[in-house]
Amino acid sequence: MRGGWLRIYAVAYLVFLYLPVVLLPLFAFNKGTVMAFPLKGFTTEWFVQLAGIEALHGALLNSIFIAVVTASLSVILGICAARASTRYSFPFKAPIMGAIMVPLVLPEIIVAVSLLVVVVQVFDLPLSAWTVIAGHTLICTPFAIAILSSSFQGLDQSLEEAAIDLGETRWGAFRSIILPLVSPGIVASFLICFTISLDEFIIAFFLTGAEPTLPVYIWSQLRFPTKIPAVMALGTLMLVASLIILTVAEYYRRRGVARVGGKDSGGFL
Amino acid sequence: MLGGFCDVRVICQDDPLTTDARRGLALISPTAVYVLLLLAAPLAAVVTFSFWTQDFLTIDRTLTLANYREAFSDPIYSTLMVRSLIISGVVTIVTVVLAFPIAYFVSFYVDPARKALWIFLITIPFWTSYLLRVFLWKVILGFNGVLNSGLLSIGLIDEPITFILYNANAVVITLAHAFAPFTILPIYVALEKIDRSLLEASQDLGESKFTTFFRVTLPLAMPGVIAATLIVFIPTIGDYVTPRLVGGPDGLMISNMIQTQFLKLNNAPMGATLAVLAMCAVTAISLVFVFLNRRYLR
Repeated sequence: MRGGWLRIYAVAYLVFLYLPVVLLPLFAFNKGTVMAFPLKGFTTEWFVQLAGIEALHGALLNSIFIAVVTASLSVILGICAARASTRYSFPFKAPIMGAIMVPLVLPEIIVAVSLLVVVVQVFDLPLSAWTVIAGHTLICTPFAIAILSSSFQGLDQSLEEAAIDLGETRWGAFRSIILPLVSPGIVASFLICFTISLDEFIIAFFLTGAEPTLPVYIWSQLRFPTKIPAVMALGTLMLVASLIILTVAEYYRRRGVARVGGKDSGGFL
Repeated sequence: MLGGFCDVRVICQDDPLTTDARRGLALISPTAVYVLLLLAAPLAAVVTFSFWTQDFLTIDRTLTLANYREAFSDPIYSTLMVRSLIISGVVTIVTVVLAFPIAYFVSFYVDPARKALWIFLITIPFWTSYLLRVFLWKVILGFNGVLNSGLLSIGLIDEPITFILYNANAVVITLAHAFAPFTILPIYVALEKIDRSLLEASQDLGESKFTTFFRVTLPLAMPGVIAATLIVFIPTIGDYVTPRLVGGPDGLMISNMIQTQFLKLNNAPMGATLAVLAMCAVTAISLVFVFLNRRYLR
């Protein structure tokens, strides 16, 4: 077998990566309320309990609203930036693109703190879902750009030129030629941004108003040992939902790569 | 329309901006304006705030270095800052050193058709709720935790080990887990770009496998390693969830203090000062790191 020791190390590393993920459903279906081994038997009680918590439903709806608006804004801003950077050359391109991608490496607490200062201290506005959306859009846009750039990159420019030569306007050519070709990339980046926003806590905790997002709600529950099993059940459902969304996103991303005739290099980022 | 398109180019020749440049700038402007208004301007506000002071319920807007003086003189701030930088540094080293062999394995030993599957396998755990992942590490590392009960039951230890929860070790383990894919992916991409014939050439010219790795592979992979290092080191300083959940009193970091200043003590100027100092420290260290490795970046 190729790789020998390296392969053993790789498997051990995967065990390390999956350890917390495996425990999540294990404790979600565990009868005992204490998070320890040995397990106390199988139950679906915690999942049933979730259906009766109204604060949770409010938080979930709030999070979904934030995630949908964030993903829409990020994709629109992402299309502008990805299209501009792959199709045109213009002055200050590198510094402008650099500034747009900065949130990717900026500590999230800095994004949170700076928006908090502006909203609360400078403009004296109330915190709401919209302040969270503002922060999430900032950190999601670079991810959207990264995915969309690879969609735009592979485009054959002569297709667009042909459409214009045949009498289409620039916007018409973009809408009827370019957009359909990059639509898988748009779907993939929308789903990725949606998932990132849905799970984001550090920024949401600072900027959320009276109505918490789902992660902020989970944070408030972690203090109470009796609430933990239900939180584990919730986490399991969220994991399943994320995996379904990501599988769909990956499907569209690959279709997009195939559509523009590129070679699949595998995975996001 | 057809003619108009060509004419524009002719007219624009004595214009400093070409049509392409103008279209590009127009297209990027929504995103650029968004970043300017919601990132650059707020960051400027934070810097301004750091020179103001909190006077009970109002903010004293006279420019002063009082916050910075306090930040440097009060040992609690310097302790937290130094500890945060050390923890972030250790997390970065541990994460990158652990991740490199994985990236190397996937790039050099995995069948090309199955590489995408391996990368997918590596990224899946990170779509679990971040909060719950940190919380589950607490469950794993705790006194009655998964690790201790496991080791006790197979007889490897006689009593639960305690040095792995509620201290800096726990923070390092948890963060090393949280940032794993962000290190593996850039290193993997750098390794994939290496022309395999270079390695053959090196061995044909008499280098062993071992020296080939250190003299050819590693230097060529350095851009990925440098990217991975920065991607871990910079955001780690801003995490307050992991220290709060698994760090205990001795594992708290500067971000916990920033959070406390803003949300509990209602002292935005002091919080802003600490945020600015943390940013400056991280940026300075990152620049020195990149400078020291500049020969690998061409």
